[in-house]
Amino acid sequence: MSRQIGRVAAVVLVLFGALFVNLNVITLLQADELANHPANRRVIIREYAIERGPIIVGEQAIARSVRTEEGQYRYLRTYPEPELYAHLTGYYSIVLQRSGLERALNEELTGRTTEVVAQNLGELLGGTQRPGNAVELTIEPRVQQAARDALSGREGAVVVLEPTTGAVLASYANPTFDPNPLSSHDTAVINEAWSSLRDAADRPLVDRATGELYPPGSAFKVLVAAAALEAGTEPSRTFPNEVTFNVPQTTRDISNAGEVRCGEGDETTLQTAFRRSCNTVFARLGVELGDEALAAQAEAFGFDRSPPLELPVAASSIPLDQDVPATAQSAIGQRDVRATVLQMAMIAATVSNGGQLLRPHLVQTVRAPDGAILRGPDIGQWEDPPGDGRPISPRTAQQLRRLMIDAVSGPSATGSRAAISGIEVGGKTGTAQTAPGQPPVAWFIGFAGDGVAVAVAVPDADGGGGAIAAPIARQVMLAATGE
Amino acid sequence: MTAGSVVTGDGPRATEARLLTAAVLVTSAAGILLGWSRSSELPPAAVVTGMALAAIAIVAHLTVRATAPDADPVLLPIAFLLNGLGLVFVQRVDIATGSELAAAQAVWTAVSVGAFCALLLFIREVWVLGRLQYTFGLLTILLLLSPLIPGLGAGVINGARLWVDLFGMRFQPGELAKLTMVVFLAAYLERNRALLSVATQRIGPVLLPAPRHLAPLLVATGTALVIMVGLRDLGSALLFFGAFLTMLYVATGRPAYPALGLLAFGLGAVVAYQLFSHVQVRVSIWLDPWTDVSGSAYQLAQSLFALGTGGLTGTGLGFGRPQDVPFSATDAIFVVIGEELGLLGATAVLLLYLAMVMRGLKIAQTARDEFATLLATGLTVLLAFQTFVIVGGLTRLVPLTGITLPFVSYGGSSLLSNYLLVALLLRISDESRAAALGRTTTPLQPRGQGPRGQGHG
Repeated sequence: MSRQIGRVAAVVLVLFGALFVNLNVITLLQADELANHPANRRVIIREYAIERGPIIVGEQAIARSVRTEEGQYRYLRTYPEPELYAHLTGYYSIVLQRSGLERALNEELTGRTTEVVAQNLGELLGGTQRPGNAVELTIEPRVQQAARDALSGREGAVVVLEPTTGAVLASYANPTFDPNPLSSHDTAVINEAWSSLRDAADRPLVDRATGELYPPGSAFKVLVAAAALEAGTEPSRTFPNEVTFNVPQTTRDISNAGEVRCGEGDETTLQTAFRRSCNTVFARLGVELGDEALAAQAEAFGFDRSPPLELPVAASSIPLDQDVPATAQSAIGQRDVRATVLQMAMIAATVSNGGQLLRPHLVQTVRAPDGAILRGPDIGQWEDPPGDGRPISPRTAQQLRRLMIDAVSGPSATGSRAAISGIEVGGKTGTAQTAPGQPPVAWFIGFAGDGVAVAVAVPDADGGGGAIAAPIARQVMLAATGE
Repeated sequence: MTAGSVVTGDGPRATEARLLTAAVLVTSAAGILLGWSRSSELPPAAVVTGMALAAIAIVAHLTVRATAPDADPVLLPIAFLLNGLGLVFVQRVDIATGSELAAAQAVWTAVSVGAFCALLLFIREVWVLGRLQYTFGLLTILLLLSPLIPGLGAGVINGARLWVDLFGMRFQPGELAKLTMVVFLAAYLERNRALLSVATQRIGPVLLPAPRHLAPLLVATGTALVIMVGLRDLGSALLFFGAFLTMLYVATGRPAYPALGLLAFGLGAVVAYQLFSHVQVRVSIWLDPWTDVSGSAYQLAQSLFALGTGGLTGTGLGFGRPQDVPFSATDAIFVVIGEELGLLGATAVLLLYLAMVMRGLKIAQTARDEFATLLATGLTVLLAFQTFVIVGGLTRLVPLTGITLPFVSYGGSSLLSNYLLVALLLRISDESRAAALGRTTTPLQPRGQGPRGQGHG
């Protein structure tokens, strides 16, 4: 019987071997998958037992964890200025999980990044929980507040970038929301707040700075001008001065706003057309450049890609293979061209920065609880788009810069209401039609001095970009330049 | 013999004393760590528990020393360590859920070790049990049916009728029935071994022994299985059947038995799946636990979450969430260990079982007679299969059936039965080693009509 017992032992070894293998698979290979399962509450309870690091702008925490004595969750996440920063911070919820930077920077905020893992074993044995890391943002509270004040309750978004670094100085969108009830420890409170936000007609959960796509209208002429300048066109080049451009292959011709000609005389120049935002010239230019050149220029600026911001950003888009009438419409930022406010701010920043497209970023530093800097800002060229982070040459950037300054401070300039005395301000307005009979999207994109680039979009505007968006941009640029 | 030489000397008992000391120290350390996870002061209860455990260990050890001096030195310390870890983790669950099970489990530990000592004291030769084979067969059926007796049965608990209330304590007689059944099978197989090994009947390509030799076995086992399935104790039925097939194979050396048995099991499983909705639910949970995570698959999902949370090193003793896992003190206690001690702790526990099983099979191989060999085999595979079925069930290797983790789970009947199981293995190992050393005074008793004498091993 000894031989049989030996075989029984072998079978037992196989069975236990299967147990060992299976246990390894669960605890090592499937651990992450199990931890992220929506029905798994224990991970979130453990996560809430950690003092999550604050999110800081200036010297002030805009998201911080407060110890509570009741309930199974030890720390409550609070947002002292909820509505000003909601689209940046997002919420931190036991029911809805996380959004915004709370989601994107979760590892940093919980302190579970690779650089601190080594210290955790000792803490585990000691039974103590190490607090998470603090994240300091590039946001300037003064500029952020100015963006909110300037919009004065209107639907819309403002993005301010530092052209030389790509740092986001402000990113504000209306309508906004209060992340505090969503981050409550009371599921009833969360669910009530969530359903009212989700069902609200004005969609307050949508971040109009990064998550909404608008037709850019005439603000897109910066990009068309860039393509033309890159192709060798000079700002002084002349075009026929007309009220309406006869678009080939269609009866749907393109006229200037207000059915006027583009300045005096029989001919006009690119510079005048840019300053006065003449559709006839840019539609003609677009047809001349062709759909491929326009799309290539747009892609070089980052269209058709999500910019590498810490937050998810919608990809701006321009259709490929457009026929001539569609290309003419695209050249004035209509038809199917769509852009985020952030993307348009990046175009302005690139012009201001001598043609270099930089990665937009929100994180200035990640600091360990002891103050040590774990990570600095991610500064550098955004090299993914075709053009390797140089969508336009320094010369084109210089020419565009002058065109944009002219469009703010030249005679009959559309962007005159963005001008600030004593500071070199350049920009381009836009008034994009969404649908016949619907109010337009008012745009202004531009820069002030060398350190501030801005984009403003106001959908459902009761006026054009020059009247509505330019003054908002001015107010924000004033705050950003320290005036 | 002085107290010092008990621990420092040579021989199996000194080894046992050292290992038992280690087991008590590990258990006490775990108890203190658990206390520290709640407050920084040394919990007085942990000290008392540690001293009580040491006292129980000394009693058990001295009993083995007096009644089975040549017995295996490893089994009792492993059992004791698992028992001690069980006490710590039952206490851990108490802290998490507010239950008060640890004190009862401590009492059951004392009772079980008492029964362990009593068995070693009163059963000095294992063949005595073999003489009582039909008594044990009948006892098995009675034990299994006892929950149905009015006034004794405790009614339906957790969907099954498995408990009796005796002297104010809740007891699960099915746990003891596993032992009595294995004794019956070992005795029966030993007597009919030769006849069962000779094939006289042909069914298709398979040769089988005459039905009259096989019939009593099939009737007894079949009855037990039917009762277990009827009482909805599928887990017990499963390992019962596994032990039966293994013993049949070891006794006859014919792989056709386990092969046919597995075939029968497959057919039975298909029939059970068709007939019983609770079997269908179990299987569908096993195949896909994620569609009904908050309903029928809650326990399995929570078990997997707990193990995943534990990862390699665990959350640390006292830092997991046993309150999230249903039956965390009983069936699912392995998951609590896995969460708090991690893969490393869970693996260590499994290795303890594996060591026990391998020692048990070694004892079976070297047993003095065939009855002892078969008995040791049956007892050991009972332990092995029980561990496999519950750990495999909690880790989704096999469908989950509710049975206890031997020595660790909360539950007096299980603890008592398993200590008796170890006592029997110790008795068998003591007999064979004493015989090998020429120390035995009791000659083998002639009995029965079957071939007997020195086992082949």
